[in-house]
Amino acid sequence: MLIESFIFYVFAAGLILSATGVIFLKNPVHGALSLVLAFVASSCLWLMLEAEFLALILILVYVGAVMTLFLFVVMTIDLDRDAHQPTFVRYFPFAVILMAVFAGILIFIFSSHLFENHFVKHPEDFSNIQSLGEILYTQYAYPFELAAVLLLIAIVAAISLNPRTLKSKAHKTQIIENQIDIHRKDRIRLVKMSSEKKP
Amino acid sequence: MMNELITLIIILLKIVLIAIPLILFIAYLTYFERKIIGYMQSRIGPNRVGIYGLAQPFADILKLISKEIIIPSTSNRYLFIIAPLLALAPSLVAWSVIPFSQGKVLANINAGLLFIFAISSLSVYGILIAGWASNSKYALLGAMRSAAQTISYEIAMGFAFVGVLMASGSMNLQDIVLKQQGGVFHWFFLPLFPLFFVYWICAVAETNRAPFDVAEGESEIVAGFHVEYSGMGFALFFLAEYANMILVSTIIALFFLGGWLSPFENIPYIGVLFSWVPGFFWLFAKTSIFLFLLIWMRATFPRYRYDQIMRLGWKILIPITIVWIIVLGLAVQLKLPPWFS
Repeated sequence: MLIESFIFYVFAAGLILSATGVIFLKNPVHGALSLVLAFVASSCLWLMLEAEFLALILILVYVGAVMTLFLFVVMTIDLDRDAHQPTFVRYFPFAVILMAVFAGILIFIFSSHLFENHFVKHPEDFSNIQSLGEILYTQYAYPFELAAVLLLIAIVAAISLNPRTLKSKAHKTQIIENQIDIHRKDRIRLVKMSSEKKP
Repeated sequence: MMNELITLIIILLKIVLIAIPLILFIAYLTYFERKIIGYMQSRIGPNRVGIYGLAQPFADILKLISKEIIIPSTSNRYLFIIAPLLALAPSLVAWSVIPFSQGKVLANINAGLLFIFAISSLSVYGILIAGWASNSKYALLGAMRSAAQTISYEIAMGFAFVGVLMASGSMNLQDIVLKQQGGVFHWFFLPLFPLFFVYWICAVAETNRAPFDVAEGESEIVAGFHVEYSGMGFALFFLAEYANMILVSTIIALFFLGGWLSPFENIPYIGVLFSWVPGFFWLFAKTSIFLFLLIWMRATFPRYRYDQIMRLGWKILIPITIVWIIVLGLAVQLKLPPWFS
């Protein structure tokens, strides 16, 4: 139990520290990296709650894919552009109000009867993934499919807004078919010639 | 308290038992790569240090350790130092769930497949941070290329993993291997052949090896993301690349070639003849085949063009995997013998 609580406090402290870092660090790349750290720390906390599927998916989707793209964008934009604007003070009152609302909701939920000793320790061979999958594909199959279709629509919309698919004249693209349909005789001419004669 | 301490010490010992042979293996993999490519190009490769040059890896390590570590003055100092560590750590962490033989695994977790996938998706951070923190044009270009490439190929790789998951009905790596019991024709590379092929291409792309080594691309962007690194920093990136090579080769051996299972299983006489061979040996042999293939590919293929890499990943590999997942779903549902009966 001692080691378990030690691990919990390490990651909890890490989560809080990195979450504050997201807000307070000046450099956007540092901010994004501490968000990554926050994701990793919270996924470790989820692992300790025996929610290994959610924990690993959090790392896979958010850390592995979303944040990589995020960093990709942040690294390529101009970093000095809004480094000197004192936005923190201006938005501070709104932040306090929002924080109060969120804290109130959280306190209300956690003090209600919904959270009274609902956490059961499962036996060692319990598979979180299997039980989650069984619920997701039977009881919640319909909403699950709907969410998938919604994401598909978003993807199609994003691709159709791409200027490349709008076929603008100014945009040059590679025509892969022509590149593949090439033969050796189009590119190389082998010439057989006799070596130089000695005078 | 005492019991917990003892468990911790045992776990630490197991980690050492895995990590030290692994690092030795990595060291000699670099030697074998130089030797093999040497012979393929009609050279003899390193042959000065020790017999047949066998002490070459240690000479290299000594050289790299004793070199000066240069930190560029305009770089982001802390991230610059952390980046090589971030590149190496995921490729070592993933070994914690790899079973070397029946029951011989550090952490036998249910979500092993997902764990490996999640951890290997982290390895891009080392490259990305190194590229950005160096504050150099070539390094940033290399990092950007690497990030885009990794994200593109991770999707196809994930679908290949989904195929393995469907065929075995488990995410536990031991169960996946045990599902392939019963000789060569029961291994998953036959019913999952397109996924096997796609996974191999994705694995090469994930390790940033030739022909997908645009992140380094010596002839275009000098050395890509690690252009500013010297001494140990460079050595760690080098180590990470080779650790990743061994990791993907082991994963493909586990998922598609029956892991530690003997290829002579269920064959009369020969199967009995080879029954004394420990499972670890077969896994090692299968891994070595793919490692040789990686080196062979590097010596053979020219580098892909960047837009061709993107096209291959998105427009060819992903559709193949999706189609094969549907076929596989039918096969599993119809209990197609001998794999899914």
